[in-house]
Amino acid sequence: MGQSTGKNLPQKSRNQPPQLHPHDEELSKSFATTTKMEALIAWGRKNALWPLPYGTACCGIELMSVMGPKYDLARFGAEVVRFSPRQSDLLLVAGTITEKMAPILVRIYRQMLEPKYVLSMGACASSGGFYRAYHVLQGADKCIPVDVYVPGCPPTPEAVLDGVMLLQRMISENHPRPWKDNWKAPDYV
Amino acid sequence: MSNLEALKTDLGQQRDISKFQFSHAFGDDVMVIPKDDLIPILRHLKDTDKFDFLMDVCGVDWPNREKRFDAVYHLYNSKNANRLRIKVPLAEGEAVDTATTVWKGADWFEREAYDMFGIIFKGHPNLRRILTHHQFVGHPLRKDYEADRQQHCTETLPIHFDNEPGVEGDVLNPALVPLNIGPSHPAMHGTLRVMVELDGETIVRSACEIGYLHRCFEKMAETHPYNQVIPYTDRLNYCSAPMNNVGYCKAVEKLLGVEIPPKAQAMRVILCELSRIIDHIISVGTGGVDLGALTAFFHLFTYREKVYNLFEKLCGARLTVALTRVGGMAQDAPEGWFDEVLTFCREMRVEVDEISKLMLDNKIFIQRTQGVLPVKAADAIAWGYTGPLLRASGVGLDLRKAKPYYGYDALDFAVPVGTNGDIYDRYLVRVEEMRQSIKIIEQVCKNVPGGDFTIRDRGVVLPEKKDVYGNIEGLMNHFMLVIKGLRPPPGETYDATEAANGELGFYLISDGSANPYRLKVRPPCFAIYQSFPQVVKGGFIADAIATVASMNVIAGELDR
Repeated sequence: MGQSTGKNLPQKSRNQPPQLHPHDEELSKSFATTTKMEALIAWGRKNALWPLPYGTACCGIELMSVMGPKYDLARFGAEVVRFSPRQSDLLLVAGTITEKMAPILVRIYRQMLEPKYVLSMGACASSGGFYRAYHVLQGADKCIPVDVYVPGCPPTPEAVLDGVMLLQRMISENHPRPWKDNWKAPDYV
Repeated sequence: MSNLEALKTDLGQQRDISKFQFSHAFGDDVMVIPKDDLIPILRHLKDTDKFDFLMDVCGVDWPNREKRFDAVYHLYNSKNANRLRIKVPLAEGEAVDTATTVWKGADWFEREAYDMFGIIFKGHPNLRRILTHHQFVGHPLRKDYEADRQQHCTETLPIHFDNEPGVEGDVLNPALVPLNIGPSHPAMHGTLRVMVELDGETIVRSACEIGYLHRCFEKMAETHPYNQVIPYTDRLNYCSAPMNNVGYCKAVEKLLGVEIPPKAQAMRVILCELSRIIDHIISVGTGGVDLGALTAFFHLFTYREKVYNLFEKLCGARLTVALTRVGGMAQDAPEGWFDEVLTFCREMRVEVDEISKLMLDNKIFIQRTQGVLPVKAADAIAWGYTGPLLRASGVGLDLRKAKPYYGYDALDFAVPVGTNGDIYDRYLVRVEEMRQSIKIIEQVCKNVPGGDFTIRDRGVVLPEKKDVYGNIEGLMNHFMLVIKGLRPPPGETYDATEAANGELGFYLISDGSANPYRLKVRPPCFAIYQSFPQVVKGGFIADAIATVASMNVIAGELDR
């Protein structure tokens, strides 16, 4: 198709950059901008986070409020909730991770595609919280690398939004993430 | 003649009761019997209609006793609200016959007692671990197991089913399609895992695996002073946290023998009913989401936020409030709070009508739910259903009417009852209960009694800050209560309240120290959810998803 129509067009040299008319140049500045590829990608990533709500406990209920009408995570470009790890890039660990749950959390994390980020919501996911108990993992970071910790039991929706904004800043600044780069899956999984 | 005397006479005609011990303490009837008499006695009590519900089965550990364990059975009669506690002492390694032959609802409760204490129930169809993971060694609620000794789980169990007689549950049928749903799945509300074997879209058999949110509530309660347990109760049913606070504090107060002042009672009733509304909001809202109706969820969450605001004004927290204290409330309501509650009631009344139209009158919703996987009243009772699900099956049992507390008997409200026990009726009952709760709140808010919001017993409640910093008696009182702790007399009690999901019971044992010796929670959805494999058998997989949603299983109280 391209060949048949191409014959009728005036031939252009492939090696010469196109010369713009001064009027066109003025026009292109009004809608175009120059930037580094890296920054452009980071800008796209940070404003289109697709969260996987790994809500296991009370924080999961508060996460509903974050998504709900008043706080509305959509304002930060993160409203497309996906329960499939293949489709999401932000793992929201909302709630207690028990010993029984840990292998599943690791499996979900591994199934996510790069680039991927983890936000741990609440005291339990960050440190085990006040459950210093025989069946509770003392923090999700015992088995997966966590980028942002949001304190609270459960955190207020404002705090979660603040955590998401912090993550967005990290993405746009290309903040180094040694905890993720050096992460090894726990040998027991 | 008291209930216990009547029981003694009746049982004396049946069996040799010379080894039985009868006692009555803290308002509860207790009977201690040898293990061989248990099943005949249970069957007799059930067949003669003395007790129709087996509410709870649990274990207790007494390491210094010759017979180390107690298997404890709580029975309930829905007609006259009588309760009976049967205790069976057992030595280590000694087995007791399973009660599943009498009440099928004993199934998961016995598995839990096995998991937590290692009590063996002879003849139980599927005596595996239920809350802890399958690689766990030891029995964590025994007194010699340290509370913080963690054991890592290295793998998940493959698909498995309950063991039926003659069939090993782990052997799959090659002609059928096995399917695993959860624990990380949008339809599984947090941490539930359902495994099914499908013939086309029809469920041939299914099983639930729970325990993914087992946070060791009962062990935590044993290692914390009485008032510090209250924040842990928040996180049982986190959709309606204040109700758990109230249920727990009521049990401790029963053991202490104190009556809370009228104002505290009124505040507790208001909080309970507000919680019932927001719990039903979650249930109805997410139930709609599971059927593909997103609108109602966003609609209802606006109103949940309004209740959060009311809680926030009262205590500063939104979800996990820890509002009550043993002896009353943590603090008084701020000025104008009751008027704001009334304003909310007016708005909510309109919203409930709207939701009723949006969901219950919706053609698609009706087709998906009406007549789908109904549960008959007799089955519901045998499984130990309580709350909206039991009432949807046509049994009008509500503890607020059956055994009124906190002045519920003086309030004008109705108990909605369904007819079919299908999914539609469950939502119908819940929506109507929201209306009744609004009615209750309005009545209480218009007549809030004056007076104090807590008792002022020096051995129970901390003095006010102005006394602690203002005079030496207050300072000493504060110091002694913090150091020594609140100490109920040795004894045990079972106390239940009507929570949003049904009967929320607390079985509390005190040995006179500052921590509970044993605190067993009887979570309503634990009894309900164990019936799931039977209820969905032969149904469509899509209807099973609707059933999970309508059961309103809250992982926090299911796994504790």
